Amino acid sequence: MKTLLTLTVNGEERQVFVAVHKTLLEVLREDLGLTGTKHGCELGECGTCTVLADGEPVLSCLALPIECQGREIKTVEGMAHGSQLHPLQQAFAELGAAQCGYCTPGILLTAEALLIQNPAPTRDEVRHALAGNLCRCTGYTKILDAVELAALRMYGSASRDGAEEPEATSPTRRA
Amino acid sequence: MKKERFSIIGQSLPKIDAWAKVAGETKYADDLILPRMAHAKLLRSPHPHALVKRIDTTGAKSLPGVYAVITGHDLPRVKFGILPVSQDEEALCVEKVRMVGDAVAAVAAADEETAERATERIEVEYEPLRPLMSIEEALAHPEARIHEYGDGPNVHKAVSLQFGDVEAAFARADLVREDAFFFEGNTHLPMEQHAAVAHWAADGKLTLWSSTQTPHYVHRLLAKILDLPPAHIRVIAAPVGGGFGGKLDPFAHEIAACRLSQLTGRPVKITLTREEVFYVHRGRHPVLMWIKTGFTKDGAITGMHFRSWLDGGAYGSYGVASTFYTGALQTVTYKIPAYRFEGARVFTNKPPCGPKRGHGTPQPRFAMECQIDKAAEQLGLDPADMRRRNLAEPFVKTANHLTVTTIGLGECIDRVVEASGWREKRGNLPAGKGIGIACSSYLTGAGTAVYWNDMPHSGVVVRADRSGLVAVLCGATDIGQGSDSILAYLVAEVLGIEPKDIRVHPADTDLTPVDLGSYSSRVTLMAGNAAIQAAERLREKIFAAVARKLEVPAEQLAVGERRVFVPDDPERGVSFPEAVVLAESMWGVLAFPGSYAPPKRAGKYKGGGVGPSPCYSYSACVVEVDVDRQTGMVTPTEVWIAHDVGRALNPLLVEGQVEGSIYMGLGEVLMEEQVFRKGVHKIPSMLEYKSPTTLETPEIHTILVESDDPEGPFGAKEAGQGPLLPVIPAVANAVYDAVGVRIDETPITPEKVTKAMDRKRQGKSARLGPERLPVFTFPEPKIVESAFGQPAEAVAVRPFAS
Amino acid sequence: MMRLPPFQYLAPVSVADAVKLMADHGPEAMLVAGGTDLYPNMKRRQFEPTVLVGLRGIRDLAGVRQPGAGALAIGAGTTLTAVARHPEVRVRYAALATAAGAVSTPQLRNMGTLGGNVCVDTRCNYYNQSYQWRKAVNFCMKKDGEICLVAPGSPRCWAVSSSDTAPALWSLGASVRLAGLAGERTIPISALYQDDGIQYLTKQPGEIVTEIVLPPAEGARSVYLKLRRRGSFDFPVLGVAATLHMKGEIVRQARIVLGAVASLPRESVEAGRLMVGERLTPELIDRAADAAYRPAKPLDNTDLTHPYRKKMVRVYVARALRRLAGLPDEGET
Repeated sequence: MKTLLTLTVNGEERQVFVAVHKTLLEVLREDLGLTGTKHGCELGECGTCTVLADGEPVLSCLALPIECQGREIKTVEGMAHGSQLHPLQQAFAELGAAQCGYCTPGILLTAEALLIQNPAPTRDEVRHALAGNLCRCTGYTKILDAVELAALRMYGSASRDGAEEPEATSPTRRA
Repeated sequence: MKKERFSIIGQSLPKIDAWAKVAGETKYADDLILPRMAHAKLLRSPHPHALVKRIDTTGAKSLPGVYAVITGHDLPRVKFGILPVSQDEEALCVEKVRMVGDAVAAVAAADEETAERATERIEVEYEPLRPLMSIEEALAHPEARIHEYGDGPNVHKAVSLQFGDVEAAFARADLVREDAFFFEGNTHLPMEQHAAVAHWAADGKLTLWSSTQTPHYVHRLLAKILDLPPAHIRVIAAPVGGGFGGKLDPFAHEIAACRLSQLTGRPVKITLTREEVFYVHRGRHPVLMWIKTGFTKDGAITGMHFRSWLDGGAYGSYGVASTFYTGALQTVTYKIPAYRFEGARVFTNKPPCGPKRGHGTPQPRFAMECQIDKAAEQLGLDPADMRRRNLAEPFVKTANHLTVTTIGLGECIDRVVEASGWREKRGNLPAGKGIGIACSSYLTGAGTAVYWNDMPHSGVVVRADRSGLVAVLCGATDIGQGSDSILAYLVAEVLGIEPKDIRVHPADTDLTPVDLGSYSSRVTLMAGNAAIQAAERLREKIFAAVARKLEVPAEQLAVGERRVFVPDDPERGVSFPEAVVLAESMWGVLAFPGSYAPPKRAGKYKGGGVGPSPCYSYSACVVEVDVDRQTGMVTPTEVWIAHDVGRALNPLLVEGQVEGSIYMGLGEVLMEEQVFRKGVHKIPSMLEYKSPTTLETPEIHTILVESDDPEGPFGAKEAGQGPLLPVIPAVANAVYDAVGVRIDETPITPEKVTKAMDRKRQGKSARLGPERLPVFTFPEPKIVESAFGQPAEAVAVRPFAS
Repeated sequence: MMRLPPFQYLAPVSVADAVKLMADHGPEAMLVAGGTDLYPNMKRRQFEPTVLVGLRGIRDLAGVRQPGAGALAIGAGTTLTAVARHPEVRVRYAALATAAGAVSTPQLRNMGTLGGNVCVDTRCNYYNQSYQWRKAVNFCMKKDGEICLVAPGSPRCWAVSSSDTAPALWSLGASVRLAGLAGERTIPISALYQDDGIQYLTKQPGEIVTEIVLPPAEGARSVYLKLRRRGSFDFPVLGVAATLHMKGEIVRQARIVLGAVASLPRESVEAGRLMVGERLTPELIDRAADAAYRPAKPLDNTDLTHPYRKKMVRVYVARALRRLAGLPDEGET
């Protein structure tokens, strides 16, 4: 049985007419055409489908649109400001934090929520914030580097672990 | 190849597709939507081994919203398999199912829910057969034969090779060790589940978009399986959300989607659930190994005899190659004058094993590097020094006819020893902390294609036109490793332009020359060399045209910063777009091919085709661990990895591959296992199949060593698989250093460590590992002359080189 | 994709409305708060309610209040993140803060509730599987089948209590407030559970957990340790909650509660009893750990082997008590 719901996604109010048992993940991808949100398991076991609800990372595979009404939903498509990428997106691209890119949307949003709440996280705090996002490609190292770099750029001062701007074109640690 | 100054090569640039990925713009296969698209689901067997007596699909067909239902009877009755020697699969099983998860029917419907409900209405009558869930069971029950073909009942393949006099080698050794090891099976677990969209269009031609690492092999096999000319089929690899070898076979879901599209006249999308991905598998073979090695008192190896038993699962997949791989690369790291290898792959009623990152070489590498440590202890040698002193020589052949070109392993060992503080820490860490080292090697592209042919392994077309645009067309598939970007960097370097000026068009069998696929770490080297060749041909034509315009000899021209100019008089030159206009005016349409096929250096013996490669990468890894002596939990606290990559075309990308490989190796040694109970996969979920989170992954210190190999594009060798291998034995060796117990199997779980520690306290053997080996008679070995020590050419001859 | 089966979703705005809706719809209806336990289970067809009564819209259910006399009342609808971060919980009821913060992942804790974790479904690796998987093994006693696959001769289900907060709350002496058709009642949390993998809660299906009430802390020290393979995602394979009330150097009261060793949280009564009136020494701790270890009988239906999990009872109880005593973890096995 379908029902008419109003969702606020990336700052825009959208109406959908969907069966109530379709999860937010499914509605975003299949009814709103926002395929940036990915799925890895649909059971809450991998973090890939993470979106923000009122600024909090939540699993869209376990959220129902009917339960999200009145909440501001943010997907990866809503991170950029017009054509200006979010500093996290910029840092991820520059530092090679996205390899296959499939876990990237979920991680970007989780990191965005972290930096709003904690603008100068330690590397360990970043690890803990991202402990619910699996990645099989990167080994997480460059993801942590990119979050630290983004924090540095967004909030000006060095993070508590002393992240620094990488040199513009430095080859790293070569023989 | 001399070290030159590069403009693009060697820079840590973002990937060309990084922006789309961080913006969520990249369209993976499940993101594709076509008008009127139907959704498909497969019905899979609940039995590990059974005859299919009857399938009745009428209940499914009558469900509203169902467009078509097919069984194996609706497909040409032709078996397929990625390897020509093991064509044993059907997309939809007709007579027999050989594992839980074997597909028997497929439904296309208006939406996925309807398709799923329809599959539940298909009635299948099975006659269960005896399930064979282990090598022992399979060998003990030849009457319950899984396949009719093979080297014996339930023996898929048994091989036996000997190079040189191994017995004499043992006789002259100061120490001979025999050890047994077991490496548990595990799976790729890519974040993206397999997905495909098939469209059999109104013109009778088929297009398949698929999350695949090998559009070419899929293309070839679809033609055979669907009985359609390959020229009427187009396969496009969608961006792949993680492959690691799990997306290298043609799959039932792809084939079913194609057939359903043909029947319904609609595009058909099919996406696997995570559980189905565990059934598709094609992952790391569980391998039981026996290794006997002779050592001199200086730690040099006099000879080695290696035996492996592979638990292959229900189908062949790449398994014959995997079998040979378990015996091929032992010889390329340290000098091994005489070598004997026996391997057997056994069929069992489990998801088939195939290629996973490292493909058959991590298991023997684990065995070898742990045994070397045991020997080092007996001989009173430092494990790093023992390895360092006995490395294989560059440009020399191995006993089994592999050609080692550059080998930067010595420098790798030196660098990790220094960076980790090995000398100070070894033997001096507090109780419960340990440090371990291991080395390894991996091929940079398989020297032989999956099907024998004399054609290029990789092809590139570089075209330019009067707009100044450069397009690079190549069948290579970017699975996240950055192969699209590498093509752009190489062509940009050759033409003196920026990567952003280049458009890379990959992995489309209609548009792009054949590239065999993303496996065996072949793409950077093979597609890269082809791209350089194509770009150089274009540049030659451009130089000729600009030379004529500027009235200088073409040899005096150079490219750089988007110009073509005279280096001694840089003002004399034209912009790149102007140069292309000149060239297009002189030559007409500018489109140049580049082709690469590896040197044909395979040893002339059966099986000699597995192992050869244009060149090998090398890695040395030191791991520090903390072992909780009460719980047995092993925490790797730091990893140092030095990797000889030949040349780091983009250090950022290379580091990413190294770090990712270490991560995956740590998962395999500490927690990943593809295990079964009562005939079913015990843990087919991302919760229960354990893969490391941020909290289990330590800081990884990557050191890149550049040995500048003549075979590689600007000297590059591979980085995507090699670094996975050494971390696994390094952890095992570190655990021994920490708490004095030997876990001769993977994963090294807390239970095993506590059990071994208990035994140690009780004065029993502090080693946990295989106690028994299968009772099995290998065939008589093929005696092949050992090629150990034969010199190899500095630059190999290869087809299509000029 | 794994998808939910169809259902009707009702969103009452008061507890009374929710109780009435549950009563009206009977066994067809289930309560859902955060959904993080129920929705995955529904996708695997472990539950197939046709009506869901959502509790999210009931504002009264979330929030922490101080009802007086030093007690702390946490609304059942309070998210696990909020519980883990709450200053009063962190300072006075450390075991609960740790337990709530140890559940799964940050995302899930933002959605999951304390009440949900207290009532979380028991688990077993023969049961927490897809419909097709369970069909391949002919189902099990807990859903759609007849026998317990982990203990085939057994007349009862052995699914494992998998809550992190329940043992912590039990050791802290918490009570649970329930609202049902018959009205409201408050029971000690220990009375909420019973020893059966299927009927693991004593409350009626239509009764709603509204609040968890913690008694005054009175200087008690508490700790929660969780055994699992990874630092996130994983359910407890063993949970140890311990709360000590001291009088100077002497133990006045000790409550040690084990999670994930049985179908309900298991209080190690003997271990607690032998500590009372004693000084908190390493020897006492070892004796208590031993007493907790002996009766523990985990079965082979979770991650990590059951002999190992049993063995770890002693290690983790000792470790928990040593933490409370301010002693370092023991070195040798």
